[in-house]
Amino acid sequence: MEILNEIRISMPSLSSNESAARAAVSSFIVQTDPTVEELSDIRTAVSEAVTNAIVHGYRGTSGIIELVIRLLPGREIYIRVKDSGCGITDIKKAMEPLFTTAPEEERSGLGFSVMESFMDRLSVRSKVGQGTTVTMRKKLAAHGS
Amino acid sequence: MKIDIKSEKGMAIAVLKGEIDHHSARSAREQLDSFIINMQPDVLAMDMSGITFMDSSGIGLIMGRQKLMKECGGRLEVHSPQDGIRRVLKLAGIERIVRIT
Repeated sequence: MEILNEIRISMPSLSSNESAARAAVSSFIVQTDPTVEELSDIRTAVSEAVTNAIVHGYRGTSGIIELVIRLLPGREIYIRVKDSGCGITDIKKAMEPLFTTAPEEERSGLGFSVMESFMDRLSVRSKVGQGTTVTMRKKLAAHGS
Repeated sequence: MKIDIKSEKGMAIAVLKGEIDHHSARSAREQLDSFIINMQPDVLAMDMSGITFMDSSGIGLIMGRQKLMKECGGRLEVHSPQDGIRRVLKLAGIERIVRIT
Protein backbone atom coordinates (compact mmCIF):
# COMPACT_ATOMS: atom_id res chain seq x y z
CA MET A 1 0.00 0.00 0.00
CA GLU A 2 1.51 3.34 -1.06
CA ILE A 3 0.99 5.89 1.70
CA LEU A 4 1.23 9.62 0.93
CA ASN A 5 0.71 10.76 4.51
CA GLU A 6 -0.23 9.18 7.81
CA ILE A 7 -0.90 9.95 11.45
CA ARG A 8 -1.16 7.48 14.31
CA ILE A 9 -2.85 8.22 17.58
CA SER A 10 -3.05 6.07 20.70
CA MET A 11 -5.63 7.07 23.24
CA PRO A 12 -7.20 5.60 26.35
CA SER A 13 -10.77 4.39 25.95
CA LEU A 14 -12.34 7.46 27.54
CA SER A 15 -15.59 8.69 26.06
CA SER A 16 -14.18 12.23 26.06
CA ASN A 17 -11.76 11.01 23.37
CA GLU A 18 -14.61 10.47 20.89
CA SER A 19 -14.52 14.17 20.04
CA ALA A 20 -10.71 14.16 20.12
CA ALA A 21 -10.69 11.41 17.46
CA ARG A 22 -13.06 13.45 15.29
CA ALA A 23 -10.91 16.54 15.69
CA ALA A 24 -7.81 14.56 14.68
CA VAL A 25 -9.42 13.14 11.55
CA SER A 26 -10.77 16.58 10.59
CA SER A 27 -7.35 18.19 10.98
CA PHE A 28 -5.68 15.51 8.88
CA ILE A 29 -8.24 15.36 6.10
CA VAL A 30 -8.57 19.10 5.63
CA GLN A 31 -5.29 18.98 3.64
CA THR A 32 -7.19 17.18 0.88
CA ASP A 33 -9.78 19.95 0.62
CA PRO A 34 -12.79 17.60 1.05
CA THR A 35 -16.39 18.66 0.58
CA VAL A 36 -18.43 19.44 3.69
CA GLU A 37 -20.35 16.19 3.15
CA GLU A 38 -17.21 14.08 2.77
CA LEU A 39 -15.70 15.51 5.93
CA SER A 40 -18.97 14.99 7.81
CA ASP A 41 -19.20 11.37 6.59
CA ILE A 42 -15.67 10.50 7.67
CA ARG A 43 -15.98 12.23 11.05
CA THR A 44 -19.23 10.36 11.72
CA ALA A 45 -17.76 6.98 10.73
CA VAL A 46 -14.70 7.53 12.94
CA SER A 47 -16.91 8.57 15.85
CA GLU A 48 -18.92 5.36 15.47
CA ALA A 49 -15.83 3.14 15.34
CA VAL A 50 -14.17 4.78 18.35
CA THR A 51 -17.43 4.67 20.32
CA ASN A 52 -17.81 0.96 19.53
CA ALA A 53 -14.31 0.33 20.87
CA ILE A 54 -15.13 2.20 24.09
CA VAL A 55 -18.66 0.88 24.65
CA HIS A 56 -18.32 -2.67 23.37
CA GLY A 57 -14.61 -3.49 23.01
CA TYR A 58 -13.65 -2.28 26.47
CA ARG A 59 -17.02 -2.67 28.09
CA GLY A 60 -16.62 -2.33 31.85
CA THR A 61 -12.85 -2.14 31.46
CA SER A 62 -10.39 0.25 29.89
CA GLY A 63 -7.62 -0.01 27.35
CA ILE A 64 -5.91 1.67 24.44
CA ILE A 65 -7.51 2.55 21.11
CA GLU A 66 -5.22 2.97 18.12
CA LEU A 67 -6.38 5.27 15.35
CA VAL A 68 -4.51 5.35 12.05
CA ILE A 69 -5.46 7.81 9.33
CA ARG A 70 -3.79 7.60 5.93
CA LEU A 71 -3.95 9.50 2.70
CA LEU A 72 -3.53 7.10 -0.21
CA PRO A 73 -3.02 7.86 -3.91
CA GLY A 74 -6.16 8.86 -5.80
CA ARG A 75 -7.47 10.98 -2.92
CA GLU A 76 -8.42 7.92 -0.91
CA ILE A 77 -8.71 8.12 2.87
CA TYR A 78 -7.88 5.02 4.91
CA ILE A 79 -8.94 4.77 8.56
CA ARG A 80 -8.10 2.01 11.01
CA VAL A 81 -9.51 1.82 14.54
CA LYS A 82 -8.09 -0.96 16.68
CA ASP A 83 -8.83 -2.04 20.22
CA SER A 84 -7.48 -4.91 22.30
CA GLY A 85 -10.76 -5.50 24.08
CA CYS A 86 -13.15 -8.41 24.36
CA GLY A 87 -13.64 -8.96 20.63
CA ILE A 88 -16.83 -9.81 18.76
CA THR A 89 -18.29 -13.31 18.94
CA ASP A 90 -20.39 -13.04 15.79
CA ILE A 91 -19.35 -10.23 13.43
CA LYS A 92 -22.21 -10.88 11.00
CA LYS A 93 -24.74 -10.51 13.80
CA ALA A 94 -22.98 -7.44 15.22
CA MET A 95 -23.24 -5.76 11.81
CA GLU A 96 -26.98 -6.26 11.54
CA PRO A 97 -28.84 -2.94 11.79
CA LEU A 98 -30.40 -2.35 15.23
CA PHE A 99 -28.42 -5.17 16.86
CA THR A 100 -26.83 -3.98 20.09
CA THR A 101 -25.43 -5.54 23.22
CA ALA A 102 -25.76 -2.27 25.16
CA PRO A 103 -29.44 -1.27 25.07
CA GLU A 104 -29.15 0.10 28.62
CA GLU A 105 -26.87 2.80 27.23
CA GLU A 106 -29.43 3.52 24.51
CA ARG A 107 -27.10 2.26 21.80
CA SER A 108 -29.21 2.16 18.65
CA GLY A 109 -27.31 -0.67 17.00
CA LEU A 110 -26.64 1.49 13.94
CA GLY A 111 -22.91 2.05 14.33
CA PHE A 112 -21.80 -0.36 11.60
CA SER A 113 -24.70 0.70 9.35
CA VAL A 114 -23.51 4.31 9.57
CA MET A 115 -19.92 3.28 8.82
CA GLU A 116 -21.05 1.21 5.83
CA SER A 117 -23.28 3.96 4.47
CA PHE A 118 -20.90 6.86 4.94
CA MET A 119 -17.69 5.14 3.77
CA ASP A 120 -16.95 3.25 0.54
CA ARG A 121 -15.47 0.14 2.17
CA LEU A 122 -15.70 -1.35 5.64
CA SER A 123 -13.87 -4.34 7.01
CA VAL A 124 -14.16 -5.76 10.53
CA ARG A 125 -11.71 -8.30 11.94
CA SER A 126 -12.08 -9.58 15.47
CA LYS A 127 -10.88 -12.31 17.79
CA VAL A 128 -12.66 -13.04 21.03
CA GLY A 129 -10.46 -12.01 23.92
CA GLN A 130 -7.98 -10.23 21.67
CA GLY A 131 -9.79 -7.27 20.19
CA THR A 132 -11.30 -5.78 17.07
CA THR A 133 -9.90 -3.90 14.09
CA VAL A 134 -12.19 -1.79 11.93
CA THR A 135 -10.81 -0.60 8.60
CA MET A 136 -12.61 1.89 6.39
CA ARG A 137 -11.83 3.59 3.10
CA LYS A 138 -13.39 6.48 1.27
CA LYS A 139 -12.39 7.99 -2.03
CA LEU A 140 -12.81 11.74 -2.13
CA ALA A 141 -14.20 13.46 -5.21
CA ALA A 142 -11.65 14.95 -7.58
CA HIS A 143 -10.87 18.63 -7.07
CA GLY A 144 -13.33 20.87 -8.89
CA SER A 145 -15.90 18.11 -9.39
CA MET B 1 -23.50 20.05 24.40
CA LYS B 2 -25.77 22.70 25.90
CA ILE B 3 -29.53 22.42 26.33
CA ASP B 4 -31.96 25.25 27.11
CA ILE B 5 -35.56 24.23 27.70
CA LYS B 6 -38.48 26.64 27.48
CA SER B 7 -42.02 25.58 28.29
CA GLU B 8 -45.42 27.19 27.85
CA LYS B 9 -48.92 25.69 28.05
CA GLY B 10 -47.84 22.10 27.62
CA MET B 11 -45.52 22.85 24.69
CA ALA B 12 -41.84 22.61 25.48
CA ILE B 13 -38.87 23.41 23.26
CA ALA B 14 -35.43 22.06 24.08
CA VAL B 15 -32.81 24.02 22.17
CA LEU B 16 -29.72 21.83 21.73
CA LYS B 17 -26.33 23.27 20.81
CA GLY B 18 -23.02 21.56 20.10
CA GLU B 19 -22.22 17.95 19.23
CA ILE B 20 -24.10 14.76 20.10
CA ASP B 21 -21.97 11.69 20.63
CA HIS B 22 -21.95 8.86 23.16
CA HIS B 23 -20.08 11.08 25.65
CA SER B 24 -22.40 14.10 25.47
CA ALA B 25 -25.61 12.08 25.08
CA ARG B 26 -25.37 10.87 28.67
CA SER B 27 -25.85 14.28 30.32
CA ALA B 28 -28.40 15.33 27.68
CA ARG B 29 -30.42 12.23 28.49
CA GLU B 30 -30.41 13.04 32.21
CA GLN B 31 -31.41 16.67 31.67
CA LEU B 32 -34.22 15.89 29.22
CA ASP B 33 -35.59 12.98 31.27
CA SER B 34 -35.67 15.09 34.42
CA PHE B 35 -37.64 17.77 32.57
CA ILE B 36 -40.09 15.29 30.99
CA ILE B 37 -40.79 13.50 34.27
CA ASN B 38 -41.20 16.70 36.29
CA MET B 39 -43.06 18.87 33.76
CA GLN B 40 -44.99 16.22 31.76
CA PRO B 41 -45.33 18.38 28.61
CA ASP B 42 -47.85 17.43 25.91
CA VAL B 43 -45.24 18.06 23.24
CA LEU B 44 -41.48 18.25 23.52
CA ALA B 45 -39.70 19.66 20.48
CA MET B 46 -35.98 19.07 20.23
CA ASP B 47 -34.67 22.08 18.29
CA MET B 48 -31.55 20.68 16.63
CA SER B 49 -30.65 23.69 14.49
CA GLY B 50 -27.61 24.29 16.72
CA ILE B 51 -26.33 20.71 16.57
CA THR B 52 -23.21 20.64 14.40
CA PHE B 53 -22.45 16.92 14.69
CA MET B 54 -24.42 13.81 15.54
CA ASP B 55 -23.60 10.13 15.23
CA SER B 56 -25.90 7.19 16.01
CA SER B 57 -25.74 8.12 19.72
CA GLY B 58 -28.18 10.89 18.77
CA ILE B 59 -30.58 8.28 17.41
CA GLY B 60 -30.55 6.53 20.78
CA LEU B 61 -31.11 9.87 22.49
CA ILE B 62 -34.13 10.68 20.31
CA MET B 63 -35.65 7.17 20.49
CA GLY B 64 -35.28 7.05 24.26
CA ARG B 65 -36.97 10.45 24.73
CA GLN B 66 -39.72 9.49 22.29
CA LYS B 67 -40.40 6.38 24.36
CA LEU B 68 -40.49 8.33 27.62
CA MET B 69 -42.74 11.05 26.14
CA LYS B 70 -45.12 8.36 24.91
CA GLU B 71 -45.18 6.70 28.34
CA CYS B 72 -46.03 10.11 29.83
CA GLY B 73 -48.87 10.63 27.33
CA GLY B 74 -47.08 13.18 25.17
CA ARG B 75 -45.15 13.23 21.91
CA LEU B 76 -41.69 14.20 20.72
CA GLU B 77 -40.79 16.25 17.66
CA VAL B 78 -37.45 17.06 16.08
CA HIS B 79 -37.06 20.53 14.63
CA SER B 80 -34.62 22.03 12.11
CA PRO B 81 -31.76 19.51 11.96
CA GLN B 82 -28.87 20.53 9.70
CA ASP B 83 -28.24 18.53 6.51
CA GLY B 84 -25.56 16.24 7.97
CA ILE B 85 -27.81 15.40 10.90
CA ARG B 86 -30.76 14.75 8.58
CA ARG B 87 -28.72 12.12 6.77
CA VAL B 88 -28.15 10.19 10.02
CA LEU B 89 -31.85 10.54 10.93
CA LYS B 90 -32.85 9.29 7.48
CA LEU B 91 -30.51 6.30 7.70
CA ALA B 92 -32.18 5.33 10.98
CA GLY B 93 -35.66 5.81 9.49
CA ILE B 94 -36.58 7.87 12.52
CA GLU B 95 -39.17 9.91 10.62
CA ARG B 96 -41.43 6.84 10.87
CA ILE B 97 -41.83 7.34 14.62
CA VAL B 98 -40.95 10.98 15.25
CA ARG B 99 -42.20 14.05 13.38
CA ILE B 100 -39.28 15.93 11.83
CA THR B 101 -39.78 19.48 10.58
